[in-house]
This record gives sequence, structure tokens and C-alpha cells, in this order.
Amino acid sequence: MTTATMDTPRKPDALPDSRAPLAVSCRGVTKAYGQGQSKVMALRGVDLTIACGELMMLVGPSGCGKTTLISVIAGILDRDEGECGVFGNDFAHMSQRAKTRWRGSNIGFVFQAFNLLPTLNAAENAAVPLMILGEGRHAAVKRAREMLDRVGLGDRWKSLPSQLSGGQQQRVAIARALIHGPKLIVCDEPTSALDHETGHVIMRLMKTIAVAEDRALVIVTHDARIFGFADRIARMDDGRVERIVRDPADLQT
Amino acid sequence: MNFVALRMLMGDRAKFLGIIMGLTFASLLITQQSSIFVGIMTRTFGFITDTALPEVWVMDPKVQFIDDVKPLRDTMLQRVRGVPGVEWAVPLYKGLIKARLDNGNFQQCNVIGLDDATLIGGPPEMVEGSIADLRKADGVIVDVVGASTRLAKIPRDADGKPIRGAKPEPLKIGDTLELNDRRAVVVGICRNSRTFQSQPVIYTTYSRATVFAPKERKLLSFVLAQPAGGLSGADLVARIEAQTGLMAQTRSEFSWTTIMYFIRYTGIPINFGIAVTLGFLVGTAIAGQTFYNFTLDNLRHFGALKAMGAGTLRLLGMIVQQALVVGLIGYGLGVGLAALVPVLSGGSELAFRLLWQTLALTGVAVTVICVLAAMISMVKVIRLEPAIVFKG
Repeated sequence: MTTATMDTPRKPDALPDSRAPLAVSCRGVTKAYGQGQSKVMALRGVDLTIACGELMMLVGPSGCGKTTLISVIAGILDRDEGECGVFGNDFAHMSQRAKTRWRGSNIGFVFQAFNLLPTLNAAENAAVPLMILGEGRHAAVKRAREMLDRVGLGDRWKSLPSQLSGGQQQRVAIARALIHGPKLIVCDEPTSALDHETGHVIMRLMKTIAVAEDRALVIVTHDARIFGFADRIARMDDGRVERIVRDPADLQT
Repeated sequence: MNFVALRMLMGDRAKFLGIIMGLTFASLLITQQSSIFVGIMTRTFGFITDTALPEVWVMDPKVQFIDDVKPLRDTMLQRVRGVPGVEWAVPLYKGLIKARLDNGNFQQCNVIGLDDATLIGGPPEMVEGSIADLRKADGVIVDVVGASTRLAKIPRDADGKPIRGAKPEPLKIGDTLELNDRRAVVVGICRNSRTFQSQPVIYTTYSRATVFAPKERKLLSFVLAQPAGGLSGADLVARIEAQTGLMAQTRSEFSWTTIMYFIRYTGIPINFGIAVTLGFLVGTAIAGQTFYNFTLDNLRHFGALKAMGAGTLRLLGMIVQQALVVGLIGYGLGVGLAALVPVLSGGSELAFRLLWQTLALTGVAVTVICVLAAMISMVKVIRLEPAIVFKG
């Protein structure tokens, strides 16, 4: 099995656009769960780079390590070995408190199950990252309403998550992920709970408003229908990045 | 984030109300049972409190509490008066005498005989008449509750026959009673503290009380004494005990002696203690379990907040805030409902005394319940891996 790295000359797709600065740079990252006989290697030395302005998708079968990898990249899971820098910061060298603070300011999350607080309305949900950063409730909600406008939910800002469709809830989640201007957005199966058409609408929205020159997106997905939105696709298997391609069709070869 | 914590808490109404109900129940039960306990205990020494003027009570050394009267010889009064430092000393009779009601029934009454000259030891408040009226022939003063309940008269028709189903009429000034086959005339109605046995209390003069009382060799129940200027009650107690061989206690000491007798020799504290403990345990179980379930249900959201940059301390702060809010609401409702109990029970015999110490005790108990509930939840949040948010 071949590991795709930035040093692999035979696979130019493994390299991001060389002019853009690096957002994520992982080298030899390993992570194991459990100990002794029950030890499971989730990551077996992953090398991966993602540039600013890039939308990278991580694909592969269940249990191949995609979610573990984005958890390590997002700083919510500690790796065992290797190096992983996010905008030049290595979480391994940061205290838990500094890591949490950095994550709050620089990373946006979009979850498979949306993870909206059921008792907050759309605007309040979208405002949560700002409130975590210390902004007052009213100012945060005001900014959240503007962000909801951008994702096409300006008129539904008062709605509770239970009053919104799956696609609308995911838009709120996207607004929440973007509201504090993060440098990296990490998405876990953002379209798996949505129908085909809604999934495409969500991805177009992400491509339009989330991708920026100074920001990178990492999306974990099984949904082959949205592969076309990626700048590059990293296929993982058995805890390693097996292949990185720019054209989804190349995944079949 | 305070706002988020509160919305998380109050948004799930069923659980929110469950936690509040648990805490309210605990708070209500602890406050109500403790207050009834205090009320009953207060009644045990209510007569001592009412007899406010004398500082020192002198009695037989074997007396264990206020109703445990062991009569003294009348000469003991003179011996107490002879102790240096005694400004004055007066006799007090306290005994149970049967009153014959006009329907032929008998009612046990607590008869108090006051010093004929000074009337010291009289009721704290007169509703009708005055204490001085005790000097009238056969005069007695009856407590207002006894006069309107157990000693109340059954109305009679023109032929002198009792009217069936008619509401009893309270005793009033001028009515007569038969105490141990002797005539007594009501000359006043007073209000006093309820006694433990809740018997009617009849005040009269010492000399008349000894006439009403069954013939005994010794009739003097207590000697009430007052220290001369500059001498403390405790000092006078020591002098009286040293010179007379009798037992003397200050008013406060005698109250506590009485309370401690009831605490030691009756099951009252155990029964109330069990009720209070049950309230605490049930409150802890309901509120703790519901609060823990609430946190478990929200663990995924706490994980999302943690991933999005909310530190562990901030999340713990949210839990503390949630516990504080439910604690305050539950405490307020419980104490409020407990305070309503005596209001709703109207003029019943309910012994209920709400002290600030009881409020403080309940506050501490509710705080402990909330802290326990919050601590279990906190452990979950402290151990929470934010990566939980990526687990399907």
C-alpha cells in the first residue's frame, strides 16, 4: 500500500497548489485506541497537506480513520506520534486551555447530526461560537442573523431546530461554523443526512461562502455525489492516506 | 454562555420541572417537618416563656421538665426568700384539675395558681378583662383556645335542654365552671402559648388554686425568684442551690431542660428526623437523577461546545449555574409552600414555628442536593472527549 505524501513525486495530485500557504501539514501521524490485545491502530502514519483556499475531501470505507484524522487536525483528539501543524501551530505543544482557545477562534465545525442546541433558535445557535469567544448575546445574535441571511435563512432566524428541515438545519450549522471567521472548517459527513438535491445545495453554499483564500475546508464524506465539489480528494484505507486525486474519476482507477 | 446554560436547562420542560419538583419536595418536607418539630418543642416550654418576669425557677431536685411537678413544702418559699441576692420570690401552683362541664363531662385543665399579692406568673396577653380581676370572688382566667373549644358551652333552649347540633359557645366573662366540685367564675379571657398537651389553661390565685386542688400535704409547685440588682441569674441559681438544697434554674436553662427531656425520652425527634432525612434522600434521588439524566441527554451538546472552544471550566460553570437556578427555585417554592401550611390550616392545633435556622438548614440541604447532582454531572463533562461529536 502506498502512502501519499508531499514528497511523493509520482503523485502530483498529492501536492496542493504550491503558491498557496499551507493550512494543514501532517506527517507520519499515528493514533491508536485501546491497549494491549484490544489495541486498534486508527492512523498508521498519515501524511497530508492542505493549502489555504482548498476544499479537501477525505473519503474511504468505514473505520479507515477519516474521522480520527479530522479530530486530530481539529485538535479535539491527541495524536500518538508524528507531526501535525495547523496554520503553523502544533497542538501537541499547546496546553489544553490554549488549544481550546485556539480551536474556538480558528476552527469551524459542521457535524453530521448538525448538533444544534434544540432549545436555541436558529440565530442563537449560529451565535454560539461568538458567545464562546466572549461576545455579548445581543451583538452575537445580530451578527448571526446577518450570517443566516447569507445562507438563505434570514427569515427563519427565530425558528427552533425542530421547526427546520434537515437542509435548513445544516445551513444553520454552516452559519455557525463561519460566523467567527475561522481559518479552517472541518465537516463530518455534512450531506449524509440530506437528500441528493439538498446535499448539492449545501455543497454549493459551502463552495460559495465557505471557501476563501485564507481558509481551508476538510470534509469527511461517503457521499460520492458530492466528490465533484472537492479541489482534491484523499482516499483513506486502513489508517493511511492511500491516494490523493484532483478528479473524482481517478478514484476508480 | 449563561444564557445558553439557562436555555438548555429550561428548554427541556419535563426534566426542568422534574428537577424543580424534586427539590421543592425536599425543601418543603425538610422545612415543614423541622418547623413542626420546633413548634412542638416550643410548646413543651411555652409556659416558661409566658412566665417572663422571674429570672429563676426553683423546684424539687428531681423535677425533669416543666410538667413534671414534684410539690415542695410551703416553707421552702421562705427559705428561698432568705437567700441573699433574692430581690423577691413568689409561689406558683401548677397542676391538673378536672373541670366539670355543663353537659356533665369532665375536662382535664392545667390550673396555674399565681401569688395572691403580686399575681406574678400571669398570662402574657389578656383578650378580655384584666389579671387584677382574679381578686374577685372565685375568679379564674381561661385561655381563649380552651374557652372556645374544650370548655365551650353547649347552647340550651328555653327549657334548659341542650340544642342538638348547635355550635358550642365560647366561655365568656361571667360564666361559671366547676373545678373539683368548687365554683369558679370566669373573670377574664387570655391568650397564651399552646402547651404540649393542649389542655385548657386556667389562671387563678395561689390560695384559690390550692382550694381547687385535691388535698395533698405539699402543694407548692415552683418558687419564682428574681435576682437583686447586679446579680446574675446564674449566680442566684448557685446561691439558692447551695443554701436550700433545692434545684434552681434560670428561665433559659429550664426551657432547655424541658426540651432535652422530650428529646431524650420521647420518640419525637426520631420520628421527625426520619421524615426530614426521607425528604433529603428522596429529594436527592429525584433531583440528582433527573439532573444527571439532563446532563447525559445534553452530553453531545456539551461535547459540541467543547469542540467549538468552550473550556472545561466554562462548561462546569454552566452546570453550576444550572444547579444554582434549580436549587434557588426549588428552595423558594418549597419554603414558600411550607410557610403556607400554617396559613392554610387556619386556627387548627398545628404546632408550626418557622425559624431562620430552619430556613438556613433547608438551604444547606438543598445546596448539598444540588452540589451532589452537579458533581455527578461534572465528572461526566470533565471526562468528556470533544471528539464525541464526530461519533455517529
